[in-house]
Amino acid sequence: MAQTVIDTANHIAAYAAKAARVQVIAAYPITPQTSIVERIAELVENGELDAEYVRVESEHSAMSACIGAAAAGVRTFTATASHGLVLMHEPLHWASGSRLPIVMPVVNRTLGPGWNIWADYTDSMSQRDTGWLQFYCADNQEVFDTIIQAYKLCEDERVLLPVMICLEAFILSHTYMPVRIPDQDKIDDFLPPYKPKWFLDIDNPLSHANIVSPEWYMEFRYMMQEAMENAKQLIPKIDKEYGKYFGFEHGGLIDKYKCEDADLILLTMGTIGSESKIAVDNLRKEGLNVGSARVRVFRPFPKEEIRKLAENTQMFTTIDRGISFGMEGFLAEETKASLCNQEDQPLIAGFIAGLGGRDVTFKNIEKIAKKSAEWMRRGRVEKETVWVDLRE
Amino acid sequence: MLKEIRIHGRGGQGAVTAAQLLAHAAFLEGKWVQAFPYFGAERRGAPVKAFVRISDEPILMHSQIYDPDYVIILSPELTRIVNVTEGLKKDGLILMNTTKKPEETNLNGQRIATVDATGIAIELGLLVAGFPVVNTAIVGAFAKATGEIKLESFLKTITETWSGSAGEKNAKAAELAYERLIKEW
Amino acid sequence: MVKLMVVVPKTRKEMPVTTLSVPTIGSAGKTGFWRDFRPVVDYSKCTGCTLCWIYCPDGAITRQEDDSPKIDYDYCKGCGICANECPVKAITMQREGE
Repeated sequence: MAQTVIDTANHIAAYAAKAARVQVIAAYPITPQTSIVERIAELVENGELDAEYVRVESEHSAMSACIGAAAAGVRTFTATASHGLVLMHEPLHWASGSRLPIVMPVVNRTLGPGWNIWADYTDSMSQRDTGWLQFYCADNQEVFDTIIQAYKLCEDERVLLPVMICLEAFILSHTYMPVRIPDQDKIDDFLPPYKPKWFLDIDNPLSHANIVSPEWYMEFRYMMQEAMENAKQLIPKIDKEYGKYFGFEHGGLIDKYKCEDADLILLTMGTIGSESKIAVDNLRKEGLNVGSARVRVFRPFPKEEIRKLAENTQMFTTIDRGISFGMEGFLAEETKASLCNQEDQPLIAGFIAGLGGRDVTFKNIEKIAKKSAEWMRRGRVEKETVWVDLRE
Repeated sequence: MLKEIRIHGRGGQGAVTAAQLLAHAAFLEGKWVQAFPYFGAERRGAPVKAFVRISDEPILMHSQIYDPDYVIILSPELTRIVNVTEGLKKDGLILMNTTKKPEETNLNGQRIATVDATGIAIELGLLVAGFPVVNTAIVGAFAKATGEIKLESFLKTITETWSGSAGEKNAKAAELAYERLIKEW
Repeated sequence: MVKLMVVVPKTRKEMPVTTLSVPTIGSAGKTGFWRDFRPVVDYSKCTGCTLCWIYCPDGAITRQEDDSPKIDYDYCKGCGICANECPVKAITMQREGE
């Protein structure tokens, strides 16, 4: 029976794993994802979820266990954050190179030193080259829906790449909000059991991840890139299909709000994207034509959608909850790269905000927009990257 | 309509659960809700904040609460180390767990209400690892002090969250606090 | 039951999604050519302890009915581990002929 529950995004992620009928879960704790694997432990213990629960000794092992399970042909799940994610960096590459459809929530917590348990995107962004798909959620409902959509997407033989579902530490993970959990029969209809293309089988022995010479390697990598391109096509379709089944959709690749007639578009991700909608409404009351485009999918990067938005606007302002040291914010870099060689080149200003969990309010966002609008009127971006509210 | 509540407690006192109870009860009354914690040190006893938003519309905000309508203080000693009334709206309301009467507290606010939630917890034997459980009492007091959420909604939430005698005791705590709340306006 | 499979894709479309392998005898060719020395078994000394069979890293030794070793010289690379491990020195490494 469909029901509305009020719970934290972490617990909601656990219910999504249950609804997706995952068969193997590898579990290792780290603040602030621990309550995901703890809740799943309860569900397995009381029989609500029929699955193997493997307690491992580190995140490197957690991902290795998932690789083993997925290679054996079953639907698998783990969760991590921050230092745990980077500890599994090596097997992250392994999972994507082996073309295994693993789904993993990443509760975005920054990296130390300085030791910090709060939200920013450094952890998952530092893994953007690993061949994993990346979704960034803005509320608890989206966390549930995206996990279900992710299995359908990554098990498709045109994709077969693992997926990270990113959600901010505490702002979503420990925040208690209402979520509609659909009827299990309808979920089973939308997401049928996993049919692996290949799997480890003692009756038909094979091994995977074998050595391959320079003469063949490039083609295997090209196929992964092709899979990313296929995912770009499939993501909006699956989101729309999910919307038809369950009444919730989240914008496909980019969640757009009042962008059609906007002179200035705020490019954001996650909960900053949600809060931006409030800023947009307030600014419009003051006569500023702003829109908000929340990039929901970072890998594959929605180049074409960015280019389409660029056609009808004068300026993009990116707000990054992270920085690639020695260059700029992640979203800023990739947006600029997407617009290279294009005819429509809006001005692009980059803002860095919210690192290490520093709060980003709609008032901060309004200030960012107003500063950008000033530059837009002058026709040039006066400072390429601005760190918001920095102590002098 | 958007109402924002900030709860001050110490780790292990149930501030986060109090926020969830408030959110859940408001949800039963048809509101959109959000409840979240802000931890400092991840340790029992360390000061902790929890936040609640209650709205007639879906809540898009995820930032922290800076000018609450209501402040709830679970531990009177906190007033010595934390600025518990920071940002409180001019006509905001403070609810504190203390044995003192409102005029005896030195809180800065127009509307102050007090209740001895610790006393109620001890009276009913509501202790977890030796700590008095003050959150279920405090939500009962909140219902009386603010009229924002009905006592019945809290009782329903409490008995749905805890079953059997635990549910009954916690519900009783809320009822006692409702009766014993002292407010000076 | 080992499925023998040697398939070299002609185009990228024929390639599998990832680097899968099935058990195949001699997929790298007859590596017997890699030898400088070949192991020779003196069966009168052999006690049938099967240590050489266990230690051979290439699976080039099969264990016969009487537990004595049979060396497959098509694939033996002459590493000498069997000779090293044999507790009764029944195996000696001899210069490969030309």
